[in-house]
Amino acid sequence: MSLIDISGNLLFVAFIAYLVATLLFGGSIKQSNATGKNTDKWGKVAIVVTIIGLLSQLGYFITRWVYSGHAPVSNMFEFTTAFGMFIVGAFVLIYFIYRVTALGLVALPVALLIIAYASMFPSEVSPLVPSLQSYWLTIHVITAALGQSILAISAVAGLIYLLKVVDLKKPSKQRFWLEAVMFFLVVVVGFVVATSVFNMMDYDSTYSYLDKEGKERQIDYNMPPLFGMNEYKAVEEHGMSPLVEMPALINAKKLTTVVWSLLVGSILYLLIRLIARRRISAIFQPFVKRVNLQLVDEIGYRSVIIGFPVFTLGALIFAMIWAQLAWSRFWGWDPKEVWALITWLFYAAFLHLRLSKGWEGEKSAWLALIGFGIILFNLIAVNLILAGLHSYASA
Amino acid sequence: MENIICACGHSNPYGTKLCEKCGRPLTEEGKQTKVVDMRYDGTAIRSKTYNTTFVDKIWNFFSSVKVGIALIIITLVAASIGTILPQAIYVNAPEPSKAEYYEKVYGVLGKLYNNLGLSHLYNTWWFQILVGMLAISIIVASLDRGLPLHKSLKNQRVKRHESFMKRQRIIAEGQVPNADETLDKVEQKMSELKYRVRRDGSALLAERGRFARYGPYINHVGLIIFLTGVMLRLVPGFYVDETIWIREGETRAIPGMDGYFIKNNKFILETHDEKQQGGEASQGVNVMAKNYQTDITLYKQPEGALPGDSDNLEKLRDYSIRVNHPLKENGFALYQMNYRLNELRQMNFNLVNKASEESQGQIEIDLTNPKKEYDLGNGSSVQILVYTPDFDGFENGEPQTKTSIPNNPAFLFRMTTPETPKGEVSFVEIRKPPLEPLGENKYRMKFAGAEMRNSSNFTIRKDSTIPILFVGGVIFMIGVVIGSYWNHRRLWLQVDPDGRVLMAAHVNKNMFSMKKDLDTVTTFAGLPPYKDQLDKPEDDNKSAKPGTKEKEGDSTL
Amino acid sequence: MEKKKKRLVIRTIILAVLVFAIGYTVYGTATKDKVELLAVGSKAPDFTLVDLNGEKHKLSDYKGQGVFLNFWGTWCKPCEKEMPAMDRQYKVFKDQGVQTLAVNIAQTDFEVQNFVDRYELTFPVVIDKTKSVMTAYNVGNLPATLLIDPDGKVAKIVTGEMTEAKIASYMELVKPK
Repeated sequence: MSLIDISGNLLFVAFIAYLVATLLFGGSIKQSNATGKNTDKWGKVAIVVTIIGLLSQLGYFITRWVYSGHAPVSNMFEFTTAFGMFIVGAFVLIYFIYRVTALGLVALPVALLIIAYASMFPSEVSPLVPSLQSYWLTIHVITAALGQSILAISAVAGLIYLLKVVDLKKPSKQRFWLEAVMFFLVVVVGFVVATSVFNMMDYDSTYSYLDKEGKERQIDYNMPPLFGMNEYKAVEEHGMSPLVEMPALINAKKLTTVVWSLLVGSILYLLIRLIARRRISAIFQPFVKRVNLQLVDEIGYRSVIIGFPVFTLGALIFAMIWAQLAWSRFWGWDPKEVWALITWLFYAAFLHLRLSKGWEGEKSAWLALIGFGIILFNLIAVNLILAGLHSYASA
Repeated sequence: MENIICACGHSNPYGTKLCEKCGRPLTEEGKQTKVVDMRYDGTAIRSKTYNTTFVDKIWNFFSSVKVGIALIIITLVAASIGTILPQAIYVNAPEPSKAEYYEKVYGVLGKLYNNLGLSHLYNTWWFQILVGMLAISIIVASLDRGLPLHKSLKNQRVKRHESFMKRQRIIAEGQVPNADETLDKVEQKMSELKYRVRRDGSALLAERGRFARYGPYINHVGLIIFLTGVMLRLVPGFYVDETIWIREGETRAIPGMDGYFIKNNKFILETHDEKQQGGEASQGVNVMAKNYQTDITLYKQPEGALPGDSDNLEKLRDYSIRVNHPLKENGFALYQMNYRLNELRQMNFNLVNKASEESQGQIEIDLTNPKKEYDLGNGSSVQILVYTPDFDGFENGEPQTKTSIPNNPAFLFRMTTPETPKGEVSFVEIRKPPLEPLGENKYRMKFAGAEMRNSSNFTIRKDSTIPILFVGGVIFMIGVVIGSYWNHRRLWLQVDPDGRVLMAAHVNKNMFSMKKDLDTVTTFAGLPPYKDQLDKPEDDNKSAKPGTKEKEGDSTL
Repeated sequence: MEKKKKRLVIRTIILAVLVFAIGYTVYGTATKDKVELLAVGSKAPDFTLVDLNGEKHKLSDYKGQGVFLNFWGTWCKPCEKEMPAMDRQYKVFKDQGVQTLAVNIAQTDFEVQNFVDRYELTFPVVIDKTKSVMTAYNVGNLPATLLIDPDGKVAKIVTGEMTEAKIASYMELVKPK
């Protein structure tokens, strides 16, 4: 078996491990809820399984590095999987400092979703284009991913905090938005499900179209085309024809993907609501019943204060050094650079609001969620929708 | 603006919250609160005190943290607007026609976006002013808070008044058997824990990590240096940004670098053998490229030589410029940016008899230096009467050229053969039948192949502001690391001769780490148990024992 | 009250410096993109180029005389249109102390010679093969003409096509007194 196959298998093992660990963490909490004791047994097993998963994923990372000859952070798939791995790593670190089991219940599923999302993108090892052939690829991208993953933990802590304090029985803005976050997570699942199902069906249709500059191009759809490209003509069509034609400005294929994800996600969400007979927030609320709010708030804050310097170093400073070397200018205001700056400014505001204006507790938790949202925007929208030197891949 | 005289006799600047000498609260508000605000150690924030003149009002406005945060958020939102549509620099159209491009490709939104200046958002006067205001806010707020804080930390006294101590977040009160022994034990333990211990009679102050308080101010300094560096780019001489297209074989003066010349010897493009990688294909990034580089020679004119004089060029060195490996010389750097393949360099023609298809010979026309006449050596010759590199029609019977680049070369030939001594005239354009203005010819020039060459595009950059930016960045990182990863801990202890003990502790952040130290010293020196005055009782947190909540890792975190 | 006054002075100075810095930045950004040919009044950079006969021409050779310095290319239609007029005025002014020098931007000898022959131009034509002079003079769009006075300073910069009357008036402008 070649190194790359081993690598893929190790990733799969890690994925399963995280899944099992999530269940074990859930079990541990349920146990301690029931008995009123801080039972360590389930928790201990859960963390051990998590670490096994992490080591396995590290194995995937290293073997892929050796096989491809470059740090495996060079395309959408590689970067996002690494991001998921670092989140698990950051979680393990924080767990050993604070021992809050509920963290695992949220951090691991988030990591799972991220890895699943990553797997929907082409995962072939591809040689590096000239601009990526530099050891700065390793330094800048890995440090930035590390910084983002530590900051992500603050969103995990924030989510736990909100799950505990938001009153789900009364209608309120908070209740709505908390559930909206849950819905978003389900839509991500929807994306994974839709992509996987159509992949398994080997769906593939090709169309020709006119791009925004009037040139004729071809495009492949991997999902049934809800939306058609500008002036599309079918080259090879299966199953259905586009329902609506889009102007040249809009990438109908990406829109199709997004809408399929929303559709499947919404259906999943409705099913969950029907079966569970309550909001998803309400499903999770009992699990965070015994969480120490002050502690979780502290974790949220600490993750930012630890992660902010790392993020600055990786996503801004190393990025600027590399950009100057590769593109002759250390800052070009391209969308990815701008959104990295926006992320940085946001967390600076977070720290100032917390340290100088006393914004703690619930306010801080919402801010942490928004911050993570910005990080995700940079990962998803900027890479896939907004064009630029930095965009990695198309869905 | 009268000074405030504290009960202990010390005169404090107007606006001071806690007496500089003994720590007594000086304001009514301070006397009421359970735990005082120790963010600035009780010093007067200058802006909140002087509010009379217009200058003071402006100053106070910028000193406010609320205003600073608002500025951060406005900047963040403004920056995001610039990503809705691509900025003008990234638009793939020549400079004058960019406005049309926005309208054509993005419609009404595009037209509006461009007209409002949003396509140049980061260069607009208002965005720069926004960032400028942020800079003013950073400077003013730091001066207002940092200087008094520094003074206070430097001059703080060991012995604090009871009312100060009782208003700290962590306090402990009780009795100990032996005052001196307790003090000695505490001193010993705290020194062991790497605190700096000072004593003043029956009072003790153990302090650690004071430098951490300066973190924010240091990182602010770093930011200002960085912004100053950015500003200096506009000062002439600091910044050069030029671009050059140069074909293989050409030698050209380097714009922006007086006296230097560059020769493009060869452009090399290596591609990967495997088929196109799906993901990056549509981005315009050349995915097939494994490596591309230009092998160049760098020349310098001798001292005192004038522009235009390319005799006596001194060869400096050969170099291969490729991405991530710019050519560096004398503070300048040349970056491999782009390339174009396959421009015509030479065209070969055969002089052919139309009827017999027999060739009289071949001429090779070097498009960089066409000759007036080509003698085929057998009595035949070909003259080039007119050469237009980029033919785009006739005007007044004359062939016109659109540019000087051989995109569409055309020739007016006169073919002379022994059979046609007077010569025949033929206008030849690529891939078109020849035009024969003076009547039908017996001969024609038949295209017999071409040679191409490639061109490279370099960006020439000189940026003397980079060291400044780098220093600013480093200082920023130092400040942020100091402020984030260390904290400032203090423990005050007062033991009266009769054994009555009063202890207070303060940390600027991360109380958990201090509590670990407090537990250690409490146990060792037999101090009364302390309480956290901000502790809210949690019904369901069974493991909540004050001070021993959770395990702590590294005490620096 | 001394302290108060001192405070006011310091604050005013700091704010003033900052406002100035920002103002400079805004102004500098707004004006830096207007890259022009050399400014009127500045010294015209000396250069040396070779004409079609192999002779060298230095700008400083013409010190004491006015110079009509024209940058052109065969693809530039306005350049083409004004060349005959330039030639005529050249003949008029060359004995009055105004010389004409036409700098071609890096085309082949063939094309330049062809052009000169076709229009029977008599003024010196040189080719800037390495675009070195073009760079030194910051020439962007063609045609571009600089009028240089007998002291070697740039008296006027003209971009765009010129009528014969204008050519004459420009040459008149740099006639030595």
